Amino acid sequence: MTPILEAANLRVTFGTGVAAVRGISLGVARGETHCLVGESGCGKSVTALAIMGLLARTAQRSSDVLRFDDYDLMRMSEREMSRVRGDKLAMIFQEPMTSLNPAYTIGSQMAEVLERHRRVSRAAALDRAAELLARVGITAPGMRLKQYPHQLSGGLRQRVMISMALMCEPELLIADEPTTALDVTVQAQILRLLQSLQRELGLALLLITHDLGIVARMADRVSVMYAGEIVESAPTAALFSAPSHPYTRGLLRCIPVPGSVRRDEPLGSIPGVVPRIAPGFVGCAFRDRCDHAIPDCARVVPRKSAAPGHDYLCRLDAA
Amino acid sequence: MRHVVTAFGGCIILIVLLAAIFAPLVAPHDPFAQDLMQRMIPPEWMDGGSPAHPFGTDQLGRDYLSRLLFGARISMAIGIFTVITSGFIGITLGVLGGYFGGRVDDVVMFMITCRLSIPLILVALTVVALVGSSLTVVILTLGLLLWERFAVVSRTTTMQVRNLDYIAAARAAGASRLHIMLREVLPNIVSPLIVVATLEMALAILLEAALSFLGLGVPPPLPSWGLMIAEGKDYMFFSPWVIMIPGIALFVLVLGINLLGDGLRDSLHAGRA
Repeated sequence: MTPILEAANLRVTFGTGVAAVRGISLGVARGETHCLVGESGCGKSVTALAIMGLLARTAQRSSDVLRFDDYDLMRMSEREMSRVRGDKLAMIFQEPMTSLNPAYTIGSQMAEVLERHRRVSRAAALDRAAELLARVGITAPGMRLKQYPHQLSGGLRQRVMISMALMCEPELLIADEPTTALDVTVQAQILRLLQSLQRELGLALLLITHDLGIVARMADRVSVMYAGEIVESAPTAALFSAPSHPYTRGLLRCIPVPGSVRRDEPLGSIPGVVPRIAPGFVGCAFRDRCDHAIPDCARVVPRKSAAPGHDYLCRLDAA
Repeated sequence: MRHVVTAFGGCIILIVLLAAIFAPLVAPHDPFAQDLMQRMIPPEWMDGGSPAHPFGTDQLGRDYLSRLLFGARISMAIGIFTVITSGFIGITLGVLGGYFGGRVDDVVMFMITCRLSIPLILVALTVVALVGSSLTVVILTLGLLLWERFAVVSRTTTMQVRNLDYIAAARAAGASRLHIMLREVLPNIVSPLIVVATLEMALAILLEAALSFLGLGVPPPLPSWGLMIAEGKDYMFFSPWVIMIPGIALFVLVLGINLLGDGLRDSLHAGRA
């Protein structure tokens, strides 16, 4: 089956100084949860914005393929994009506290999304909003619709954002660190909610996170990003059982596993910081932090396959 | 204390507004009716005053209280319609420049700079002198001149709002640029603009009075407060009240508007912090 979202060699640079995304390729199948994982500043959010066509004007985007459903996202005008955004292609953001407009009620903001994309009356749109609020586990949706964002807690607002994204029954939902700003118990609830919604609605989910715990729990497929590149991409089980890129292995060593990590032993860490990559950079971006680095790592790195559907960007052979 | 002052300002404006609206009902005489037998009667509380003319009469025997009440109409009309005109121009330019940035913003900034280099009174005088004076001409002239503070304030506040998450969220939900400017940005920058509106309103009223005093504002026999002062200036040594009464009215109205504006600014600031 063809994936609903397909990107090949997607690049984003800001001015002449920073290459934020450097030729990434990824595909998200219908009904699949694809996790994009990596540390801060590795280009995860820029990738999401590039797909949505929401990059700042100083950014330059290029791609061999950037396709969503039947739309060639590279060729679409701003007007055509705004027709797709919020309809078949929806996105939720990291900061639920500031993602709702303080000047309008929840109901009016939610109804507006549906009115923009479908010919419906305000009353019908509000009914749909109430139905979705109930679906995402908000009690007394009728009352919430009449409230303003400042009257809601962070967890509630993120639920509102999710139900707002679902107003037009999207086929792909891009969630950019949807739980990072929430406290741990609420995080778990929101993740469970996303999971059940995805299963019920057959939604494709591109989930951006830096939390491998979330990946293990949610993802069908994982792409690990480092310094603007996807360094390893694999089905979730394969990635956790046979990580092939030294960076992925380093990341996995940083997670405490009950039973196997001793209390008095320090957790693993990856020394150094993500380098700033200027356009024209050649070789492995991880080589300065890698234990296995050899002089050859400064040359173009081949993409190797560890197993069917599991590839990584490194000179080393698979573990 | 601050609330009291704000409310005081609001009361003054309300009273003048009511006087302007109900002038025909409240005024004891026709403000245009001349009676040369009744010229320069002093106000009721002075020697020679008469209860028929509480604020006295002018050099043509017209009832001063009635002219003052009808003059409130001119001042309020100038204030309100000038602010509507200049606010529309300034906010449009400011939001466009602030939202789009880049070239568009350069153009807006250049227009603001140009506007700031124009000597207000001189240009207003020239335009009114060339086009001829009428209430509409004065409103349009002032409206076309007094927009720069609206533009500056709406531009900077738009720049702040533009980068907030809910704007990105609205775009991700498929909102068009026009929709974002009108429905997402504008409601969130209204409060500082209300403060600007009060300041500009006071300025417009004073400018109209100045133009009328110079004989290039509202044409006689309309009872503008500035014109009343102008017409009274020949008599001010023997009957100082002919300029004091409209002068005080002008001062009190502008003071009221400014008090309200200051109070609003403080309370909106407090609400934001």
